[in-house]
Amino acid sequence: MKLLARRLPSGVLLFLMLAGLALVAFWTPDAWAQEAPGQVEYRSFPVVGSRVVVWVIAQLHLMFGAFVLAVPMFALTIEFIGFRNGDKRYDDLAYEFTRLLSVSFSFTASLGALLTFFLFILYPRLMEYLVSIFDWTFMLYACVFFLEAVFLYSYYYGWGKMPKWLHLVIGLCLNLVGIAIIFIADSWLTFMNSPNGIDAEGNLLSTWDAINNFTWMPINIHRLIANICFGGSIAAAYGAYKFLGAKTDEERAHYDWMGYMGNFIAIAALLPLPFAGYWLGREIYAFSQSLGIALMGGTFSWLFIIQAVLIGNLFLAANYYLWLSMERIHGAERYRKFTKWLLASITVCFIVWATPHSLVATVEEARAMGGSHHPILNVLGVMSAKNTAVNVLILTTYLSFLFYRRANKEATVSWAKTGNIVQFGILAVVVGVVIFLGVYGYFVEASVRIGLSIPQVSLVLFAMISITIIDVFMFRKAKILGPIEWGKIPNRAQYALFFIAITFAWTMGLMGYVRSGIRQHWHVYGVMRDTSVDAFTPTLGYAANVVSVTVLIFFAFIAVVFFLSSLAGKKKLDAGEGTSS
Amino acid sequence: MNIIILLVVCAGLVALRFVPKINILGWLAGWWIAVFVFLRWGIDPPLPTSIQGMFVAILTLALLAYLSANSAHFRFVLDRFVAFTTQKKYTIPLLAVIAVLPCLVALRVYFDVTEGPAPPLSSRTIHPPPPTSIEVAGNTIDLVNDDNPYRALETEDPAAFEEHVENGRRVYYENCVYCHGDDMAGDGLFAHGFDPIPANFQDATTIAMLQEGYIFWRIAKGGPGLPSESTPWLSAMPAWEDFLSEEDMWDVTLFLYDFTGHRPRAREDHGGGGDH
Repeated sequence: MKLLARRLPSGVLLFLMLAGLALVAFWTPDAWAQEAPGQVEYRSFPVVGSRVVVWVIAQLHLMFGAFVLAVPMFALTIEFIGFRNGDKRYDDLAYEFTRLLSVSFSFTASLGALLTFFLFILYPRLMEYLVSIFDWTFMLYACVFFLEAVFLYSYYYGWGKMPKWLHLVIGLCLNLVGIAIIFIADSWLTFMNSPNGIDAEGNLLSTWDAINNFTWMPINIHRLIANICFGGSIAAAYGAYKFLGAKTDEERAHYDWMGYMGNFIAIAALLPLPFAGYWLGREIYAFSQSLGIALMGGTFSWLFIIQAVLIGNLFLAANYYLWLSMERIHGAERYRKFTKWLLASITVCFIVWATPHSLVATVEEARAMGGSHHPILNVLGVMSAKNTAVNVLILTTYLSFLFYRRANKEATVSWAKTGNIVQFGILAVVVGVVIFLGVYGYFVEASVRIGLSIPQVSLVLFAMISITIIDVFMFRKAKILGPIEWGKIPNRAQYALFFIAITFAWTMGLMGYVRSGIRQHWHVYGVMRDTSVDAFTPTLGYAANVVSVTVLIFFAFIAVVFFLSSLAGKKKLDAGEGTSS
Repeated sequence: MNIIILLVVCAGLVALRFVPKINILGWLAGWWIAVFVFLRWGIDPPLPTSIQGMFVAILTLALLAYLSANSAHFRFVLDRFVAFTTQKKYTIPLLAVIAVLPCLVALRVYFDVTEGPAPPLSSRTIHPPPPTSIEVAGNTIDLVNDDNPYRALETEDPAAFEEHVENGRRVYYENCVYCHGDDMAGDGLFAHGFDPIPANFQDATTIAMLQEGYIFWRIAKGGPGLPSESTPWLSAMPAWEDFLSEEDMWDVTLFLYDFTGHRPRAREDHGGGGDH
């Protein structure tokens, strides 16, 4: 295997495997030989059907794509920090993150090619229509993807072999091109949900309007942030994987730090993510009440309960990792007494977020409640309560970060006591007002209630920014109570990192299905009907199973990525006689 | 809310603070039992078991996180567990646990299989997604873009608006009151013959969250017009388009909001592209 991996690029291997599978699957020459050109609307795929195969490959492509587009963002940032402060550790860490990219990019490209083949072969009518709308953007996408490959491999292979400023510029270009890729692809899929720039018959009026449709920018922003979350969590999982297999204290320290940084990036991006998701949901509702209701109040609303459970677990795991991380910091004992209060806040918010509006109940239970709504829990089932819960959840997680940040520091500035009081005051007032607005939302009409989310979000952002600024100034020249002993963290913290990565992937798969599924029996909502045998909404259980299997396949591939990336590290280690980091 | 249970639970938790030398296991068990008792018996009407199970699962997860987030606590519990399963002095209690656990499972199975027949649980969806347009008496109603045609009269001609509301009142009390009730709380004379019972319009989470076109669609098409997705919808609502005029149905929509004091969900501006 090692020999094979050295001789053949992994992407080529994977592509050959997938292409072979595709050839076998499509070996139905008798049926196809009778097809007249231009008359075929759909073709079938054996065993699992066309929808499932496209669904799984699209999701896998998206997950790898998210990782490949996100890692350069924080790798470049970390490299830049290392460049500015001269600390080589940052440069090494950025390189280690980047090392995961090479193999992943090959996977992404191969899966993308496979997806394209399958879409054109299985859904020719839909693809013909989409090409008629987005013709030149497909060309642009191919060119930008080519540029992405050039910049990515220049960035990876050029590490330490060119002036730092030039390397940073290449990294910047890589990120800009990556963002362009995601924005172009988003225009196609958002057009299918919220078509625009076309006449009543679906003929193109303006390609730009088709691109700039109702949900394009909300999806762009939501995906950018989610990609960073996802990329950070996968990188953290890589750190955890290496930590658990580490042989020396140095290795443990390094990979502990890597896991921490990956998780920090993931959770920092997770904090604004619900806001972006809420904006997207709101735009979907504004575009079409039918889609909005299918999404949040109808067919797909139960998946949002599962999503709430997953994200509640994510927040819990993120906080759990931070609390365990504090065990490696001398002086952190001072903050341990707050853990139970933080946990209580997380638990209450988790419960509120996960409470469904209409409850699963037996006939007797429903009769006792007087319907499918519980008179007390009913109020927790709507967005006012859930928005409030998620805002408080975000502030609680921020508080855990704040305690971690100051764990081994003691402020020496004369105004430290006042600073603490002001910080506490800001937090208390913001939490109070956020809860007040949540309750007030029940007494105003829906459009006003939805608008209240904006002051809630703004207040939470204000609290996080202002408290951080005060903290930075308050802990300048702080007395250090003890070192951070990297590597001295319980193994169970590493399993929390695996849990976070898997939960992120599962949530992405689930929400991706919801976004796409709300169209129901439409390929392009309101414009092109799905007339295939798959023109029905699968049951929630079936959909959850497909998503789960996809996540399993993804992590099987990620295991290969980790393994091959480790081989690359070993080769370097052998060549450098153990001098490499 | 059952105040007595709530007080007992609170008193138990306060007492827990004063138990001398209580260890982390005792503390966690105390909290778990207190919250379980409150969820099981402290809320009236009782929570469905599915929700109790979910809340208790979240609570259990949180308590386990609390335990294992502190290595000293975690080691203490592990040491106790190892001691309990390996030390000779615990042989009898260990055997008792080994014997009791399967008995509890068997007991649970016994209760499950001896319960009377009951319809399966269903995850009912509360708001069926409406179509983009419907046909009513030969007219096409665009549910995406059209509003109640008489809503504008509220500001433009209040007297005419009031006439429409009054007509809506007449329509409601002639046709809807039997199921939806005198005060629209879903508790009319016939209400308890249905499963699920009719919608409660006083509830801030029903019509207040919907646009008027949605209400019109539900009135016009009723149970027979519900979409094919996410079935069964289990609605006994008649398709009122067979009995009422289009104007009557818009009027009764106005009356529902007027009587309950709710406002219909307004259309929102969006930050995206042009018109659809």
